[in-house]
Amino acid sequence: MALLSIRNLEVYFPLPDGTVHVLDSIDLDLEDEEKLALIGETGSGKTVLGRAIVRLLPPGAHIHGEILYNKRNLLDLAPAEMRQIRGREIAIILQNPASSMNPVLTVGNQIKEAVQVRWGLTGRPAYRQVINLLERVGLPLRAAVGYPHQLSGGMRQRALVALGLALHPRLLIADEPTKGLDSPLRAQIVRLLKDVLEDGMSLFLITHDLPAARELAETVAVMYAGQIVEYGRADRIFAQPRHPYTLGLLASHPSRGLKAIPGIAPSLTNLPVGCRFHPRCADAREICRYKAPPFLEITKGHKVRCHHCSR
Amino acid sequence: MLNYVARRLLLLVFILFGVALITFLLMHVVPGDHAQLVATYRYGFDDFSTDELKAVQEDIGADQPLHRQFILWLNHVLRGDLGYSFISGRPVTAEILARVPATLELATFSFLITVLIAFPLGIVSARRPYSWLDNIAMVSSLIGVAIPNFWLGLLLILVFSLTLGLLPVAGSGDLAHLILPSITLGSGMAAVSTRLIRASLLDVLEQDYIATARSKGLGEGVVFRRHALRNALIPVVTVLGLQLNHLIGGTVIIETVFARPGVGKLIVDAIQARDMPVLQGCVLFLALTFSMINLLVDISYAFLDPRIRYGGGQR
Ligand SMILES: Nc1ncnc2c1ncn2[C@@H]1O[C@H](COP(=O)(O)OP(=O)(O)OP(=O)(O)O)[C@@H](O)[C@H]1O
Ligand code: SF4
Ligand SMILES: [Mg+2]
Repeated sequence: MALLSIRNLEVYFPLPDGTVHVLDSIDLDLEDEEKLALIGETGSGKTVLGRAIVRLLPPGAHIHGEILYNKRNLLDLAPAEMRQIRGREIAIILQNPASSMNPVLTVGNQIKEAVQVRWGLTGRPAYRQVINLLERVGLPLRAAVGYPHQLSGGMRQRALVALGLALHPRLLIADEPTKGLDSPLRAQIVRLLKDVLEDGMSLFLITHDLPAARELAETVAVMYAGQIVEYGRADRIFAQPRHPYTLGLLASHPSRGLKAIPGIAPSLTNLPVGCRFHPRCADAREICRYKAPPFLEITKGHKVRCHHCSR
Repeated sequence: MLNYVARRLLLLVFILFGVALITFLLMHVVPGDHAQLVATYRYGFDDFSTDELKAVQEDIGADQPLHRQFILWLNHVLRGDLGYSFISGRPVTAEILARVPATLELATFSFLITVLIAFPLGIVSARRPYSWLDNIAMVSSLIGVAIPNFWLGLLLILVFSLTLGLLPVAGSGDLAHLILPSITLGSGMAAVSTRLIRASLLDVLEQDYIATARSKGLGEGVVFRRHALRNALIPVVTVLGLQLNHLIGGTVIIETVFARPGVGKLIVDAIQARDMPVLQGCVLFLALTFSMINLLVDISYAFLDPRIRYGGGQR
């Protein structure tokens, strides 16, 4: 049994102007020590999926389905039990470092807090650990005594990574940990993640940074409009994407000359009938307009949600 | 931080100068010749000669150009000399200082009541939004916001003093005299503050950094105390400061309703008797008080929020 098994997960926000269906029938497995990358356009629901796993969704989110971690459904746990999971079992590096750090506490104290709650260290040993972590993410010592607003965006991003590393969980969810970094720093963070993953940590990487995904991930899940449309081994998907959306997404990356997928992502309050990608798909046929394609395994361990590919 | 306080203090000096200037000018645009008014009070209505009027004019410097008069007046004010009351003939400074304790007592107690009600209630409500406790707190605060405080004062007098005979109707002196006026003045403020504290906390609890704190595996209590409370206090402090100013304004009404000999009552009496020097003194005094409160708010602001303490920009 996988370390993490997401079954038929659905997340929606009932809002006055209509319900926002953010995630729909998500099925995803993550083995122990597996490194997975979740990619997809902005607004496709990647962050919501990552936060749903640790049950840190904004209030108002409705969530159905199962998130099995070590055979326990996290959605059934009492708050106190969930607290035991957070930090030590599953930690998350949130997106958007500008808002993800407490503005009234120093960066050092926020990292130290993680060291304290996770390892029971206090005083000097805790502080030493903080310094060690800052060094690893390449932050100067003075960053520890500064407040988040005094750091640059890139520095804040690295401080957030240090926070995740401080927890050293069994499964690390990292939501765009390389965003806003220039390429040497990006390479450093990727190397760092690779290092900590050596110890047997599992990774759930959410990213737009395809080179980082290539470097770190063994498996890739591609998300479009709240659904996983393709899942499989990273080398296979990068070399031979099967879903038309994945094809477009990989081709749209700067390293491939930026051919953006024509059209725009659908509104999550008013999703197209049939295949959610059909208004933008060059391969769309009649069936795509009225029948939603199933998520089928086309070869062992490679699943695709497309009429065109499943035959 | 020191730099910040120094800047605020400098600003305070400018503000007070402006207030003094406006107060001074107001007294000179009030209908009626100032010297004539003084002479009337000194000698009785129409009971003075032109020479006597001239003497008065020289006395108060009314024969000098306006800017000289202002400098002269400011000079006196800075030395604590605000002139003499037309009614009692006593120095205005002494009149005001004699009334300060009663007002200070009332303001302090009302503020204490506000804080003691608003913080526990606001926090409990925010910890369990839409629980029965929260619902009760929100409904009662809505009532508290809606009731005008002079009406509440009269109601309280009617119930507790006249009907039940538990507390004195009016006057001042001991704690018993303080209870009804403080509740009257403090309850409305408590109501507004409770709602604000709750709203501010609920807003903060939705922020990403709270999710970060929770993601570490921290308990809700720690998340609340260490991460939410201080951030939520930042807007609360501003409004509490504004409310404190409001409260001091409110003493004018409450001191009249309860016949308490405070600064508020002094103002009302001075207006009724057209006792200009006293009125002018009171206006200056209130302006000084408001400015000091605002300074305290600004300082606590900086204390709570490092973005203010160390300036905005990035390093
Ligand atoms: N609290 C909320 N209320 C309503 N809708 C929400 C809420 N939070 C997220 N959404 C919706 O969920 C959708 C997915 O958001 P999400 O942040 O998961 O996207 P993402 O794939 O992480 O995008 P990005 O790459 O830009 O980070 C968005 O369309 C957003 O409007
Ligand atoms: S199902 Fe049809 S529209 Fe959807 S991706 Fe496949 S071919 Fe395109
Ligand atoms: Mg996101």
